[in-house]
Amino acid sequence: MLETALKGNSRYWGWISLLLIVMGIGGATWVYQLNQGLTITGLSRDVSWGFYVAQLTYMVGVAAAAVMLVLPYYFHHYKAFKNMIILAEFQAIGAIIICMGSIVVDLGQPQRMLNVILHPTPNSVLFWDMVVLNGYLLLNLIIGWVTLMYQRSNMMPPKWVKPLVYLSIVWAVSIHTVTAFLYQGLPGRHFWLTAVMAPRFLASAFCAGPAILLLVAMIVEKVSSFRAGEEAKKAMAKIIVYAMCINIFLFLCEVFTAFYSGIPGHKHPIEFLFGAAHANYVAVLMWTATALAAFSLVCLIPPKLRENQKLLPWALVALVIATYIDKGIGLLIGGFTPNPFEGFSFYAPTLPEIAITAAVYAAGIFVITILYKVALSIKEETAA
Amino acid sequence: MQKTRRTFLKYAGVSVLGLAAMPAVKAAASYVPHQVHEKPDPRELHAKRWAMVIDTRRLNSDEDMKPLIDACHKEHNVPKIDGPQEVKWLWTDTMHAVFPEQSGEFQHAELEHKNFLLLCNHCYNPPCVRVCPTKATFKLQNGITMMDMHRCIGCRFCMAACPYGARSFNFKNPRPFLDEAAQNPEYPTRMRGVVEKCTFCSERLEKGQKPACVEASKGALLFGDLADPNSEVRKALKENYSIVRKPGLGTQPSVYYII
Amino acid sequence: MYDGSKILAGLIVFLALVTFPFWNNFGAKEWKQPELKLPPKEVATQCIESKEYMREQHMKILDDWRDQVVREGKRIYIAKRDHKEYQMSLQNTCMKCHDDKEKFCDKCHTTASVSPYCWDCHIAPKAKGN
Repeated sequence: MLETALKGNSRYWGWISLLLIVMGIGGATWVYQLNQGLTITGLSRDVSWGFYVAQLTYMVGVAAAAVMLVLPYYFHHYKAFKNMIILAEFQAIGAIIICMGSIVVDLGQPQRMLNVILHPTPNSVLFWDMVVLNGYLLLNLIIGWVTLMYQRSNMMPPKWVKPLVYLSIVWAVSIHTVTAFLYQGLPGRHFWLTAVMAPRFLASAFCAGPAILLLVAMIVEKVSSFRAGEEAKKAMAKIIVYAMCINIFLFLCEVFTAFYSGIPGHKHPIEFLFGAAHANYVAVLMWTATALAAFSLVCLIPPKLRENQKLLPWALVALVIATYIDKGIGLLIGGFTPNPFEGFSFYAPTLPEIAITAAVYAAGIFVITILYKVALSIKEETAA
Repeated sequence: MQKTRRTFLKYAGVSVLGLAAMPAVKAAASYVPHQVHEKPDPRELHAKRWAMVIDTRRLNSDEDMKPLIDACHKEHNVPKIDGPQEVKWLWTDTMHAVFPEQSGEFQHAELEHKNFLLLCNHCYNPPCVRVCPTKATFKLQNGITMMDMHRCIGCRFCMAACPYGARSFNFKNPRPFLDEAAQNPEYPTRMRGVVEKCTFCSERLEKGQKPACVEASKGALLFGDLADPNSEVRKALKENYSIVRKPGLGTQPSVYYII
Repeated sequence: MYDGSKILAGLIVFLALVTFPFWNNFGAKEWKQPELKLPPKEVATQCIESKEYMREQHMKILDDWRDQVVREGKRIYIAKRDHKEYQMSLQNTCMKCHDDKEKFCDKCHTTASVSPYCWDCHIAPKAKGN
């Protein structure tokens, strides 16, 4: 089936070359990082995780887009998602590749990475994150590929795929929960030490993931004969707006807890994030995120506006940027501010850090592109 | 029994697998540590839970504390790196930084502007050990929170987990930041990409010596077994008022400060 | 053959790549057992175990030692052949005698193209010419 990815028009090959170039530049930068150490990043003793880990946090959510479509399709036989399902599953694969790539480039000694398996440590959440991420990758790979293979010969997918699908739905919840647990179980990091961390991860995942998927589907519609279907799009927009409302509600719960209780440890990170103390570029980003989130809700809550296909992409882009700033940048830097000595340490990603991250994304998008190409080619083949 | 081609292939497959596994099993067997051939140093000092009591009344100025820090950093080849990517095992900071949330609005004038020593607390219930995905940081039988630099993958989860900021990461190769003449040839340096911290001088205790900073402190630092009610540290804690850093987090630090 | 020329060209490239190590070394000098500089007799007359054992097992011994010392708190090695006791330490035992890394350790490691990272941390002594 992969051979279908070898035939494409010049636009397809242009896109592939672009991704390869980004991967090449970032890959070379990674070699530079391997030689010099993580000193080429903006990280420090006090802010010891940054841009790389932020990508893991955010892309775990994007991987979840699959479950928001798979669940209604399989559990409630909601047939409108028929065309979208395969895109969702393949997007999950790319997103998880980005997650795992982000962890690898964040390691100080990546060549010893297999120590996590050689010396398995069940009390470490990172060990479980490795397990659930790899598991989810494998599940989606098997389900997506087998479904496609059978579709090619005009057959229903085999029976044994069904249990895997059900498992993947439960598993999707686990990847967020476990990734959230990376943060929420740490004593002394006030911003992360909250029971709603995992629910926040789920809520932001369930809005950002489908939003990106819907945007991607719109692009795919432009460049191919693929059609998501009006009803599917409407339904997805509804899912996105509900999840976004819950996401913002949970964040406001944090704000209430911090400021009504007046406990300094809870207040400080939020004050920093919104510029009330040690204001820097992070505050600008957070207020931008606030404005964009508000804009997206205004565009998505009233049904009239939500169903406006011209406005929808803009609302989705605003939502994606807002959630990215909040859950990626804000969550990480806010968690490390103030530091354990109630002090403030500046962090901003450096150019090499951004180049390496871009390469990780390019690798994930490359895989998604190939898989989408295969899926669409087979769809066209069977339709003809 | 009828020998079909299928059963033949099955047996052939299993035998090949067995042959292939043989060297692996052999290799694994030879890696089993030969216990009889290794033993602890007879000079080793023993304790159930090593602990340190810092008598802050006797450590008032930088001149009091600098020799301790120098002794530690020289003993362990800790590099001098300036800026936010620094590496440190033993250092000082002000009262508000060391004991946040433990001081009222108005403070004893002298204490408020005084510096205190900081190091790994060797917690009884350490979050860093809980989160490490490779057991590169772990508890020794004697209560020391130990680092295995050979195994550390540099994920820095322990740095996020430590509420005391006790851990440093080698963002770059530390060797160029060490004065070669002042190096301790008995102790290794580190390589880039691993996390390090105070080890309560585990290597000295095993040779029957007290930690380097304790030795240099002229009695201002006490070192002993917290599990032994008759130990020097327990006596000092019985007779003096002491505090630990961030007790509310439940980590149960083994470094006490007599105020 | 469909696309025959392309397949053949691909096969040739593949074969060339796979056999690269062979023709790259063609006509190269014959491999010789590297000559190690052993510590002089007045420093040491024997290693902790036999020469053959050390040659074959030193990496496993060191791998085992580091776990025993760092993780198990065992610092003394009891030699298999004469029950003599040694500190388990690359830096403080092995390299007290074998103090010239370049003329001892590196000799075989370089010929065998292995690059153990022991000395990224452990300090090799300044050679006294032992």
